[in-house]
Amino acid sequence: MELSGGEILVQCLIDEGVEYIFGYPGGAVLHIYDALFKQDKVKHILVRHEQGATHAADGYARSSGKPGVVLVTSGPGATNAVTGIATAYMDSIPMVILSGQVPMAVIGSDAFQEADISGITRPCVKHNFLVKDVTKLASTIKKAFYIATTGRPGPVLVDIPKNLTDPRVKIPYEYPKTMSLRSYNPHVKGHRWQMKKAVDCLLEAKRPMIYTGGGIILGEASAELTELTKLLGYPITNTLMGLGAYPGTDKQFVGMLGMHGTYEANMAMHDCDVLFAAGARFDDRITGIIAEFCPHAKIIHIDVDPSSISKNVRVDIPVVGELRPVLTEMIELVKSSDRKPDPVALAEWWKQIDGWRSLDSLGFDRNADVIKPQYVVEQLWEMTHGDAYITSDVGQHQMFAAQFYKFDKPRRWINSGGLGTMGFGMPAAIGTKLAFPDADVYCITGEASIQMCIQELATARQYRTAIKIVNLNNGYMGMVRQWQEFSYDSRYSQTYLEALPDFVKLAESYGHLGLRIDKKADVRAALEEAQKQKDRTIFLDFHIDPTENVYPMIEAGKAHNDMRLAPGVNPDAELA
Amino acid sequence: MSHIISILIENESGALARVAGLFSARGYNIESLTVAPTQDPTLSRMTLVTTGNPEIIEQITKQLNKLIDVVKLIDISESTHIERELMMVKARAINGGREEIMRLTEIFRGNILDVTPTTYIIEITGEKSKLDAFLNTVGEDNIIEVVRSGTTGILRGDRGLMV
Repeated sequence: MELSGGEILVQCLIDEGVEYIFGYPGGAVLHIYDALFKQDKVKHILVRHEQGATHAADGYARSSGKPGVVLVTSGPGATNAVTGIATAYMDSIPMVILSGQVPMAVIGSDAFQEADISGITRPCVKHNFLVKDVTKLASTIKKAFYIATTGRPGPVLVDIPKNLTDPRVKIPYEYPKTMSLRSYNPHVKGHRWQMKKAVDCLLEAKRPMIYTGGGIILGEASAELTELTKLLGYPITNTLMGLGAYPGTDKQFVGMLGMHGTYEANMAMHDCDVLFAAGARFDDRITGIIAEFCPHAKIIHIDVDPSSISKNVRVDIPVVGELRPVLTEMIELVKSSDRKPDPVALAEWWKQIDGWRSLDSLGFDRNADVIKPQYVVEQLWEMTHGDAYITSDVGQHQMFAAQFYKFDKPRRWINSGGLGTMGFGMPAAIGTKLAFPDADVYCITGEASIQMCIQELATARQYRTAIKIVNLNNGYMGMVRQWQEFSYDSRYSQTYLEALPDFVKLAESYGHLGLRIDKKADVRAALEEAQKQKDRTIFLDFHIDPTENVYPMIEAGKAHNDMRLAPGVNPDAELA
Repeated sequence: MSHIISILIENESGALARVAGLFSARGYNIESLTVAPTQDPTLSRMTLVTTGNPEIIEQITKQLNKLIDVVKLIDISESTHIERELMMVKARAINGGREEIMRLTEIFRGNILDVTPTTYIIEITGEKSKLDAFLNTVGEDNIIEVVRSGTTGILRGDRGLMV
């Protein structure tokens, strides 16, 4: 089969099983768009800004586990995609970005719409390529998918000069069936001896704690984690990225940990004697001040990426390997061990944890007349039986969603944890809805974040992706305002959003439904109305309490046992 | 303490930038960096001299290994090895100084590559400390220009860095 470069590119995507490609056309990719036009196997989703393309592809990838694919033109098309690429990179999301480049003859001449995108993206991709020879195009695309989806996943960018896709130049096409690279061996098996040491250490623990992150979800190891945790009977906490890896409604789950984690999760971290970390990377939002992190604990750490181990926190027993096989083997080792968890010590430990839990650190004023953001999320959780896909943006609403929507399944919680990208939520919801057209997909957002990619409302309209937007509108950049209240004597510098649009009219102007909700009594009915909409996007604009803060909070430079609790929550009360 | 990290890396465009970018992005030090193709033209060999405590050196080797283009690497300063650096010095050589600099060059087993009525170009090869010592001895006043290759190195014996 003889194909042009543009056709090769499209055929590669077909052979790779790509269902959707998110993109925006431009000069350098016209040949590719012409090749796309002539087929109907790969569906192109036209976004309204390239950042939206990367976030939508990202949401598609996070929810489905398949790589997200993006196509952008050279120069501004590619630079607009950078935020979304960095977002995927920080959370290890598999993504392949195809960018057009100016023809090879003019590369380096400051040509129109030229940008050195492989140079620009080098620090925020797992790898990138500039293809210089059309005969290497197919193998490079194969490499890109192989690298993006194996080991610790991540985004891979392929930059393609326009002359390589020239429709007049046809060459034989063959898509490689397999790929291996001498410099890249992603399939790492855990070291048996290290796993034995880890299991021995775990079974000797008096005050054990299991702490897991997004790696469990990326490694499809939720079932194994759940089995191991139940087998041991130990308390477990998840990071923001790891929510849903273990059922959020299970009694052994002590809630999220870290800066806005629960009192019981953070206190248990501080007091544990063995910490079992898996697929987590000891991020600063998790650890608090490093010098006081888990001061009494021996630390076991399982990760597919060796550079995650002992990067921020010194680890006692490292296991490098893919999580599912490692956890499977550890389950067998626990079952066959002579040792059993110490029931007396464990009962004592649970008593302590239940004492912390009794504080109800996520408590909020349920009798308030105003709409509390927590109330909206809680109602949404109840109504959807915890079974919806929830995307979010970044800020207070993100934390409320993480705290109050109890995720029982992996891949249901889709948010930008590492980079913290405002504007992520709505395009990510579009990508999720495309991956799961029959599912209920909610975007929990705020009036500041949603405006960062608001143009994608047009994309939702064009493809009839019926997403449900829950806008927790407090008229502030809430999280920044909270920090200013706590640390800057309430000097609200530039955090008040004057001149907010009428979101109902805005949604309607894009052809969607819009509802404004001012009264607490109307919250549930509005959510029910959203749940009923199967064919149309609905924008729920909840006008919430503008003064609400996210609690608990570990402020910068503080330790796990040094939390700022909600007014009225008294840590001494736990003893009573 | 200085560490000498030898790296075999795919001879691809951008490979050097990936290594250099990694060091600047993560705030690691580079004392010197040399790179050239090997007998296998698809592979380049880099020698990178860096400093840091053991934790930092561990992270540096892990992060370098994570780069897709890096095939293999080894911290040769952890084993018996040979290290060499090449230096060329353009020195002022006038009056009595001409004799003196020639003698010093002999003592340091260097070669004089170029002679003019007022200058010499001297080539010296050796460990970094020997090159430093030569410069010290010649004295700042007599030095017009210095160019150094940066350290390269190789393991002694059978062991080595091979694909």
